[in-house]
Order: sequence, then structure tokens, then C-alpha cells
Amino acid sequence: MSSDEGEEERVPLRARPEWSDVTPVPQDDGPDPVVPIKYTEEFAEVMSYFRAIYLSDERSPRALTLTAEAIHFNAGNYTVWHFRRLLLESLKVDLHTELDFVERMAIANSKNYQIWHHRRWVAEKLGPKARNDELDFTKKILSIDAKHYHAWSHRQWVLQALGGWEDELSYCSELLEADVFNNSAWNQRYFVVTRSPFLGGLEATRESEVLYTVQAIIACPENESSWRYLRGLYKGDTTSWVNDPQVSAVCLKILNSKSNYLFALSTLLDLLCSGFQPNQEFRDAVEALKTSDLDKEDQDIARDICSILEHVDPIRANYWIWRKSLLPQTA
Amino acid sequence: MDPSSCSPITPTVTQRDQWMVESQVFEIYQLFSSIPQSAQSLMLELQRDNHISYLTKSLSYLPPSFSVLDANRPWLCYWIIHSIALLGESLHYHIQHNAIHFLNRCQDPNGGYAGGPGQMPHLATTYAAVNALITLGGQKAFASINRDKLYGFLRRMKQPNGGFRMHDEGEIDVRACYTAISVASVLNILDDELIQNVGDYILSCQTYEGGIAGEPGAEAHGGYTFCGLAAMVLIGEVNRLDLPRLVDWVVFRQGKECGFQGRTNKLVDGCYSFWQGGAVALLQRLYSVVEEQMAEASQVSSKPDVSEEQKSPYGTSGDATCHFTHGGTDKPGLADFKNSGYNFINEWRERDPLFHSIALQQYILLCSQEQEGGLRDKPGKRRDHYHTCYCLSGLSLCQYSWSKNPDSPPLPKVVLGPYSNLLEPIHPLYNIVLERYHEAHEFFFVES
Repeated sequence: MSSDEGEEERVPLRARPEWSDVTPVPQDDGPDPVVPIKYTEEFAEVMSYFRAIYLSDERSPRALTLTAEAIHFNAGNYTVWHFRRLLLESLKVDLHTELDFVERMAIANSKNYQIWHHRRWVAEKLGPKARNDELDFTKKILSIDAKHYHAWSHRQWVLQALGGWEDELSYCSELLEADVFNNSAWNQRYFVVTRSPFLGGLEATRESEVLYTVQAIIACPENESSWRYLRGLYKGDTTSWVNDPQVSAVCLKILNSKSNYLFALSTLLDLLCSGFQPNQEFRDAVEALKTSDLDKEDQDIARDICSILEHVDPIRANYWIWRKSLLPQTA
Repeated sequence: MDPSSCSPITPTVTQRDQWMVESQVFEIYQLFSSIPQSAQSLMLELQRDNHISYLTKSLSYLPPSFSVLDANRPWLCYWIIHSIALLGESLHYHIQHNAIHFLNRCQDPNGGYAGGPGQMPHLATTYAAVNALITLGGQKAFASINRDKLYGFLRRMKQPNGGFRMHDEGEIDVRACYTAISVASVLNILDDELIQNVGDYILSCQTYEGGIAGEPGAEAHGGYTFCGLAAMVLIGEVNRLDLPRLVDWVVFRQGKECGFQGRTNKLVDGCYSFWQGGAVALLQRLYSVVEEQMAEASQVSSKPDVSEEQKSPYGTSGDATCHFTHGGTDKPGLADFKNSGYNFINEWRERDPLFHSIALQQYILLCSQEQEGGLRDKPGKRRDHYHTCYCLSGLSLCQYSWSKNPDSPPLPKVVLGPYSNLLEPIHPLYNIVLERYHEAHEFFFVES
């Protein structure tokens, strides 16, 4: 069935014989509405016919066609989408054709909650057989915009509801290889290692994930995404995070390089606040970053770090001052 | 598979996009620093008259291109009316009257407000309509809200997992939690049934990064972080979030462009001046809870054998008490969620902001402002009502970020540009101009 209308040679509804029995219902905006929209004639007409069939709850193929026209004019009208779902159910429409319709709408207008909610509804009805279509569809959207919030949410829902986890970690790696700053891909990676039924959770994957992330940090130490991911790998297990030499070692390595060390310093500060005992190497590395006007600072490494950060990260100076104020006073 | 292949010679998409925006923004800042001081203060001036004219015109006419917002008309009302209120202007009596009548046509007979007359009620447009009506002010506006029916609508949207649906059969996310809790709180219809498990749902959306996502598993995001944090404060369960990680994530969203980005490694956008700036403003009033959690974290790891009993009550999950909402008068252990919005501003204390307030004002005034009126995402983008509302809301937060009381006039040195740039203060949990909030509070809490 055709659930979509072509753009060419649009015939007004009032001139279509199949609609002759319907009396359009104009919008009741009142005598002096605020934010009145100067609708085009076509828009106003389609919505008036839509109101007529919505109010009479007409579950017919022509009603379904009309919802597609209305969505074409405004894909954000959730009432139209909602009614369309009622029609799809009542008319027992083959939902595969509906996926094509949503795909066309999504390509044109992807940052819209309604389209994605509708897509999820259709995919849920279709069940596991929709899995590959949905994974391909989100991949297509993500190839245009690799950080598309709705596409990622949809993909996560597909994995959880319909499966398809097997290749997801390598998909994340592929995206990170193309753009290691893609935080959405890091987030998806976290989603996979914590939730995939095949990987065994954070603890089982930690060793290989830490290795992967440390490499990424060393390649681009200015990348906040990889630092946050590294911390995330120890979520709920501060003791392991503080005691894993790989974490402190990567901090030390970046500090000693003396460039792009903002996240290394802030990570070291967090480690110290959680009980990490620094050896002389750490003290020397931090000491080497102090400028002459900081020389008279305390002997405390955590306070020194706050002072350095206050200087090298002025946009967050207030934050570092506050962090410093929370440190225990040195004797 | 090798992430170390990130070569500095071929920039990634993220780097390329970021550098393009940086060069545009820095070009403006460079021009600014090269001109004489008199020209600078002209550049920093908030173009009040032009903003007002852009906004008021839109109240009475929107071109056909706005048809894509035909299901968001209460939002347009709120963005415009709130912006005008922030600018300290009042609307003509007949426009107020028309706005109240129009919003009433969006009110569903069974409760809640729709995106336009004849559409289904929706939580987001309900939030927008209620906030717009409170901003309009007056008995007629307040009394036009059918609170009993609205409560019924909120209950129908409530899900067993604690979240809310946006509309009948609609999506469940953190926005829905905030908009439901916010309207229930401001209208004094919040109760145990509405609050049930909301905290669990929002908690499940806090990510490993520290910010809050739209749904469990998704990426930390400024809009959802504000919504989640504000909702947690309103229900008296903010202590259940990992606040030190939340603070750390949100302060890192302010970049060298001086504005806020919505997510890690994304581009700056003026609207996050409110979403992220608002989250920091809320956190600034939650220091005692944050500091308790931080102290506890350092204790736990340095003394791993510390027993549960010795821990501070603020960090243990399941404990629904919240330090500051008690105000020292309530029975301990009983969260006073009904008054949490009111108490939040009443216990306002002078504390330094955690973000760079002057830098953010600079981004808003120099990069987000269109001289002809209206504000925008970033240079090169076009103005719209949404960005005008949230850039101005963020600007107001900045201006009062050092104030002793939420409405005490700030010192000139904390207001960037001429002092005439000063906007009205807002209630940061609802994003309603404070004075209008107080009038509504009087009506819904004291008189009823």
C-alpha cells in the first residue's frame, strides 16, 4: 500500500473525490490567538481534514494516507503520529512498508523525537526479525552524523530488545579509529562492555579495555573522552582504580611529556583525593610543572596540582580553587 | 582497532568542526580586544529594544516556516513571554488576555496542555504552558489552570519504572520526569504517588562520565543533566546522585570559546548557557551535600574497612533525606518535597560560582547575540526563540551568580558590559522569573 504522497502535482483534498464526504474541521485558535502561524493553504487544509478524521476516529486506508501527508508538512506533530499508530494496528498494515516511510522521514528530518519513537514502536512490533534492518538503519544515520543522539538511543534499544551485540564492540572500534574524539562512540563502547551478554561485564573486560584506552590516551592526551572512559572502567570500584598501576602510570607518562597534561593532572588529583600514595616520581613530575610564581606554595602535591590547574586552566579557576579548599590542611 | 592511529596531520571530524568554530569565535574576540574601550562597551551592550521588538512581533505573527513548530505553540509562548519578562518588560493587557485565552484552548478537557488547540496533551507543552501562565501572572492566568485534571494527566503519564511518558503511549525519558515534577511542584500538586521511583529512574540515567543521559545507557547531555538534577532537588533526593562526578563533568563543559557545549567533544551552543549553567547554579547551592559526598569518598578509599554505620547519611542510596530542604525545622528523615522549590531559594547562601561567569557572559553577548534582535546557537547560525530564551536565562544566571540572595542586585563588576544589561533574576529550578514565581507561590500555596 502507498502510505506516502509524492510531491509532484499535489491535488487539494477538497478536489479529490474520495474526500468529498468529509467536512474539514478548521483549527479553533480563538478570535485573537498569540503566536499565530501563517499556515500555507495546503498545510491548513491537510490539518483540517486530519482533525475531521481524528475526531470521528475513522480507521481507514485514506486516513492512513492523510496522516502521511500531515507528517510531511510537520513531522513534529505527535498527535498525528499517535493516530497513525492506531491506524496501523486497526488496518493490520505490513509494518515493513512503514519502516520505509520512517526512513524517508528520518533522512530529511532526523532530529525529531516523534520519528524515533515511532520507529521504536514499529521495530518492537516486528520483533527480532527487524534487528538487522534497525542496526543498518542507525548505521546509515550515524554515517552522516556519528554523534546523533536519537540514532544512538535507538541502536541501544535495538541491542537490548532485539539483540545483535556480536559485532558492536568492533563497530565502536571502527568509529573510534575514524574519530577518537567521538564521545558517543566511547559511550557506546561503555554500553557494550557493561551490558553485552557475551562480554561478561566491566571486570571481565577491564584488562583489555584499560590497555585500549591507555593507548588512546597516549596518542591524544588532550582527548577528554578517553580519560573519562578510563575512569568509567572502574565505576563502583574506587579501590581498584586507585591501586591499578596502569592508571597512575599513564598520568605520570603524560605529566612527564609536559604537554597536554590537563586531564593527567586532574586525574592525579582525583586519585590523591581517593587515597593514592604518590612516590617521588609523581612529586618530581608535578614539581617540574610549577612556574616560578608558584614556588612558594605548600609542600602538598594535591595543593600544588590545584594551583597549577588554576593557572593553566583559567576557565575553571573557580573549580580548582574550590577543590583546593576541600583538601585537608597540611600540618 | 589501534586507537593510537589518531594522527595530528589529518584532523578527525570532531577536530575539524571544533577548529572551525574556534576560529570564528576567536576572530570576534580578537576584533573585540583590538578596538577602543568605548567601542567595546557598545559591542557588549544587550540590544534590549531589538530583542523586545523581535519577541513581541512574533507574539502576533509567525511566517509559514513556523508550521514545523505547529505542535509546540505553548513552547513558543513560553520562550517569548519568559524572554520578555527576563528583559523586565511587561506585556500589554490585551496581549496578556489573548495569551491566557489561547493557552486555555490548548488545555485538554482531561488535563494537561497540548501543542496546539485540538491536539493531545503533552508533558513538555504542559510545562511550557504552566511556566508561561505563571510568567503572565495574575489571578486569571493562575485560575485558568485546571489543577485537578492536570494531576490526573500526570498520574496517567506515570510509569511503574518511576519515569513518565511524554504523552499517551509516548516516549519515556528524563525530560518527561523533569517537566512532570516541575509543574506538579510549582502548582503544589506534588505527592508521594508522583514521586514514587522517580529518583531510581533518574539515578539509572547518570553515566560513567558524571552527567545525566536521556535514557539509561545513553550519553551524558546538558539538557538532560539539568532536567535530572533539578527534578532530584525538587523531590528531595539529590544526595543520591554522584554529585562530585556531576560537578566535574559539568564544569568541563565550558570551553575555551567561553560558552558551554552539551556533551564531551561537541560544539559550543548558546542554549547550554542555561542547561549547563543552570546545573552549575543548582550545584552552587548544594555545596554542603557535594562536600559531604567528597569527604565520604576520600574516607572510604583511605580506610577501606569503614563500616556502613560510620558513613555520612548523604551518600547512601535509598536515603531520601536532603540536607538543605529541611531548613532545620522539619522532622529528620522526612523529605519536605512539597516546599523544596521554595526552600531552595530561601536558603540561598553567598558562594562563589564554579564556572567562569564573565567568560560565559562574553560568549552570550559577543557570539550569541544578533544586533538586530534575538539570540542564537553560535556565529553563523540564525536567531530563534528557543535560543533567545535560553541564552537570556543563562545570562541572568551569570549576572546573579555571586549574589547573597537570589534577587539582591549584583555588583557592577560581575555584570559584563553596561549595568543596564542586568536582567531579572530567575528561580533556577523552574526557569521562571523570580518575582513571578513568588506571586504564583502565594496563589498556589498560601491562598489555596
